[in-house]
Amino acid sequence: MRRSIVRPRRENAKAQLLRALERRARSERRWAAASLWVGVGIVGLFVFCALAAPLITSSGPNDQDLLHTLQPPSWGHLLGTDNLGRDIFSRSVYAARIDLMVGLITTYVPLVLGVGLGLLAGYRGGWLETVVMRAVDVVIAFPFIVLVIVVIAIVGPGLLGVYIGITVVGWALYARLTRAEVLVVKEQQFVLAASSLGYSNARVMLRHILPNVLRPNLVFSTLDIVLNILVLASLSFLGLGVQPPTAEWGLMVADGQTFLLTAWWISTLPGFVIVLSGVGFSLIGDGLADRLGRGWRGRAGEAEGALLTVVEDGA
Amino acid sequence: MTAPAPLLETTDLVKWFDLRRSPGGRLRREAAPRLTAVDGVSLSVARNTTLGVVGESGSGKTTLARCLTRLVEPDGGSIVFDGTEISSLRRSELGALRRRIQIVFQDPYTSLNPQMTVGSMLAEPLRVHGIAERREARARVPELLELVGLAPRVARVFPRELSGGQRQRVAIARALAPQPDLLVADEPVSALDVSIQAQILNLLADLAERLGLTMVFISHQLSVIAHIADTVAVMYLGRIVESGPVETVFGNPQHPYTAALLAANPQIVPERRRRKPAIRGDIPSPLHIPSGCRFRTRCAYAEERCAAIDPPPERVGPGHVARCVVLPFR
Repeated sequence: MRRSIVRPRRENAKAQLLRALERRARSERRWAAASLWVGVGIVGLFVFCALAAPLITSSGPNDQDLLHTLQPPSWGHLLGTDNLGRDIFSRSVYAARIDLMVGLITTYVPLVLGVGLGLLAGYRGGWLETVVMRAVDVVIAFPFIVLVIVVIAIVGPGLLGVYIGITVVGWALYARLTRAEVLVVKEQQFVLAASSLGYSNARVMLRHILPNVLRPNLVFSTLDIVLNILVLASLSFLGLGVQPPTAEWGLMVADGQTFLLTAWWISTLPGFVIVLSGVGFSLIGDGLADRLGRGWRGRAGEAEGALLTVVEDGA
Repeated sequence: MTAPAPLLETTDLVKWFDLRRSPGGRLRREAAPRLTAVDGVSLSVARNTTLGVVGESGSGKTTLARCLTRLVEPDGGSIVFDGTEISSLRRSELGALRRRIQIVFQDPYTSLNPQMTVGSMLAEPLRVHGIAERREARARVPELLELVGLAPRVARVFPRELSGGQRQRVAIARALAPQPDLLVADEPVSALDVSIQAQILNLLADLAERLGLTMVFISHQLSVIAHIADTVAVMYLGRIVESGPVETVFGNPQHPYTAALLAANPQIVPERRRRKPAIRGDIPSPLHIPSGCRFRTRCAYAEERCAAIDPPPERVGPGHVARCVVLPFR
């Protein structure tokens, strides 16, 4: 405060403007940042579980203890035991491995495929666009899970079936999203500028269009991970996904259904774990949407820009 | 005497857009409506001079600019650039010629890639055209920035951190990076604050002088054209209705449209007697161009014959051409 009296007036106004900008940006961003970091925290916890499963629990996922079946949650068995005396906490921790892996693979392989096809379709147009977009229509016209089940019926149950099934269906939404974005972005003058500078089609697509259409895809992908973990759980529940006795959240829910009235924890607690992972990824999605919406540089960049403007327009 | 060959010359340049038919029209097998944006434009720009193209919104100025830079394919006529016919060349055949013709767009808010720093944006054309290798290209960026009056540290920032005038300077630097001979400026100042417009105009005029650029400068502001151009072409509904040296055309307009535009801009030639009424109504739709003289529907001097005759270009003075059957012969 005292220093501002000594400083020239103009300097002071500039500093005030910067501070006001800074303050507003900070409050707008606080919630988004919070949701991003809570999400990262939850997902990080799951990743840690997946990597360090043997360090977290002493019992293996398939260790049976037939003397202690259907135990309710206690300090010995945090989430209780199932009908074979397997510790549900250990199984949930080990299951994070398979569920996260499946969630990531079944989201990002289709993302790469879909974004690539959508980019080509939107940029090139013509017959390629027609073929790709009609294929998208066909895939989207079917209920998602039904089409996945059809593919699994062809390939056979198990993880490979799940991967192929979800990929065959999952690319379509990314392709549609990307093409729509490309149609908007390619009319922007910076794309025209790129072609007048004589850049190749590949360069225009990859360097100038792709970075500008990636944002909605990345945001959607965090929600898609949740959906795909749920699909895996549903498929396992139906006996089409992961096969017993592998520890997998959906399968554990399925295992417990006959005991639902007598031992609620067998189904309910793995179900809660699924929900928690879903919340984690969704929060990341929300926070990411906000952060990417404002650009990668964030607050520092904005303040620097304001400073440049003030300085050079004043000069 | 023979004039030196112009750097750029177009002859009867035509560009139309076929619009989508309505579902009913498609059933009746009607022809798709055709929007003629550029309708027989012939112009020529001598080396190291600036041609101003002026006209209302919808007169086809921007489409003309995009034809000249081959961002859209012309449907007819020829474009000769430095002795080479370029309107029929394929994209791949344009090669080095593409480098020599650059464009600055109207809106500096969409003409810069938001995901690239200014530095990589300016280094990219140097590398793509083999002017400089990666590291050398980076080293040249501050030079380019200095050329357009920006500080070297701007290289590190993203476009959204810059003001409109700063962005337009970046856009100009990017267009100059491949060392073009011809710069097409498509309303480069109309999106900017009035206080910044003069800075950018002076920058362009200064650069044209220093770098020996030939410029096609498009604007709807007569004052801007008068300030920067050597010759001027007045465009109306896709056609050039009057052209010539800027002092002659603005000082002694021979086409009623030019006269009307000038009447709406009294500060340029204040002593000129007022012709009223200046100009009536809106520009007609380029879907339905009037028969004969296309300006007759709004012209204060229109006569019956104007509906029948499409006025040919008439020489009305040294280098001064107008397309009107009435006014020049009064």
